[in-house]
Amino acid sequence: MSSAAMKVAQSHRTEPSAADAPPAKGSARDGAVARQAPDYSSYRVVAAKHPWRWVGTAVVALGVFAVAWSLASNPRWEWGVVAQWFTAQSVVKGLVETLKLTAISGILGFVLGFILALMRLSASPLLVSVSWTFSWIFRSTPLLVQMLLWYNLGYLYEKISLGLPFTDVRFFEVQTTTLISQFAAAVLGLTLNQAAYSAEIIRGGILSVDQGQLEAAAALGIPAWRRSTRIVLPQAMRAILPTAFNEIIGLVKGTSIVYVLAYSELFYTVQVIYNRTQQVLPLLLVATLWYVVITSVLSVFQYYIERHYSKGAVRNLPLTPLQKARKFFATHAAVPTRRNI
Amino acid sequence: MTATLTAPAATRGLVEITGVRKSFGAIEVLKGVSLTVEPGGVAVIVGPSGSGKSTLLRTINHLEKVDGGHITIDGKLVGYEARGDRLHELHEKEILKQRTEIGMVFQNFNLFPHLTALENVAEAPVVAHQPGKARRSKAEARRRGLELLDRVGLKDRADAYPRQLSGGQQQRVAIARALALDPKILLFDEPTSALDPELVNEVLDVIRELATSGTTLIIVTHEMGFARDVADTVVFMDQGQIVEQGSPQQIFSNPQEPRTRSFFSKVLEPAFNI
Repeated sequence: MSSAAMKVAQSHRTEPSAADAPPAKGSARDGAVARQAPDYSSYRVVAAKHPWRWVGTAVVALGVFAVAWSLASNPRWEWGVVAQWFTAQSVVKGLVETLKLTAISGILGFVLGFILALMRLSASPLLVSVSWTFSWIFRSTPLLVQMLLWYNLGYLYEKISLGLPFTDVRFFEVQTTTLISQFAAAVLGLTLNQAAYSAEIIRGGILSVDQGQLEAAAALGIPAWRRSTRIVLPQAMRAILPTAFNEIIGLVKGTSIVYVLAYSELFYTVQVIYNRTQQVLPLLLVATLWYVVITSVLSVFQYYIERHYSKGAVRNLPLTPLQKARKFFATHAAVPTRRNI
Repeated sequence: MTATLTAPAATRGLVEITGVRKSFGAIEVLKGVSLTVEPGGVAVIVGPSGSGKSTLLRTINHLEKVDGGHITIDGKLVGYEARGDRLHELHEKEILKQRTEIGMVFQNFNLFPHLTALENVAEAPVVAHQPGKARRSKAEARRRGLELLDRVGLKDRADAYPRQLSGGQQQRVAIARALALDPKILLFDEPTSALDPELVNEVLDVIRELATSGTTLIIVTHEMGFARDVADTVVFMDQGQIVEQGSPQQIFSNPQEPRTRSFFSKVLEPAFNI
């Protein structure tokens, strides 16, 4: 808000009470004719004081400072070691693997989840029950078990082949252990698990769209596919996005579970290093800081994507933090010539 | 007005409803309704809530499937195809095609909130299949959309989102959207019921203007003054049946059925009851 607008807003709040004002004569009935209210236009506006707000601010600031000080001054955090390993080649390589796993299983998971959600909402009882069963199974088994199961699929089925069922015709046959690498097992486990959760999120989003929207689209003769992509999904996205980003951020850290497959993503890499150097806490801190960085970047994406889909949902979009900052500096800057908001 | 008589060879927008039945669960909301609306005619359906007015309206564009009876538009069955002695249900694609000839305006507007006024109006002409017409190009649809928004007096709000418009303005956009496919028939489902009283007239004025345009209008409304003004047939429905129909003069001033009389005695203000 500009300072001028602020003053106007405050002047409304700080109007003198009736007790302070000089007594006005005349009854309400003839008030319109004989207006006796004093003229306040020359008065100076004094903002309301909020002493307790300042006390609260001071207490919190002290707490924040104490935590920061202990992090900086306690030598056992070993920030030097953290800095040394933070951009080490092996750690960065692990980070890339983590990002790769997140991206692939995130995208595949949500695509499969979308299909499962549509199946669940279809009129066919078979599609509905298959989709329901999928979610039921994958939401009830621990991810760890799923991961180990996929990796050990070769124990259950030695070979995987494609052919005509109930005949000896085979187009293609391969050893399961060759097909399911650590990477494949990790992607398979994470994707199927993610699909089960995202199916419910997407379904919830679709259900949140008013039925009247579909009716209006159908009454206009808009074809079914267009109805979903142009009318329903953009509106469903508003309900889907916050939870979907929760899931993706969960997935970033969830990839750390593939350490059980000895797959060298970020967390496993860090473990290998601290088992060698015994600097457990600093190295866990290295991994944590990277997870924080990824989450922060994702949060920024989330903010702008949500903003994009809130088109039309609010009367006027609020300014982004960046726009607010720019506006602040434009109005408060020492050099008054730079007024490019 | 002889709207109930069968019309000679219809040109455009003849609606014939024959013995239509519809139940929701155990409740029969339409108990064999028959009604004919002439091309270019204006039929206003009135009656107490729960009388089946809206359901009847929604069967005309097959948003509601009928359980019995049938509806034709210019002699063509809605939602079905007659082959031999059977009525085969049409595929969705065909039904969508039929619907492009029937515009509908809803009580709650049902504008697409994430699209601007102009995008709402210009969406269907680009993607909907219309019988005997090519789909419009985007530019063409936008040009026509602006024309229609101009017609409802909202050309300068073309880029506003529905939530930035008043209720009356939203409903006028919804009318423009329904007109975008040049329908033969327009259905209005209580178009002013969700509006503040002072916004009702701006919407009624637009509908009044449409009434003279040659499009067949079927309107469900509680605005009795408007009905008297604009209708050439007033249909009174109660408990899933048409109780009485005729010219506004007949129905409002000289109703024959006791149920009609008792309804109007409750809803008509003395000023209207000449």
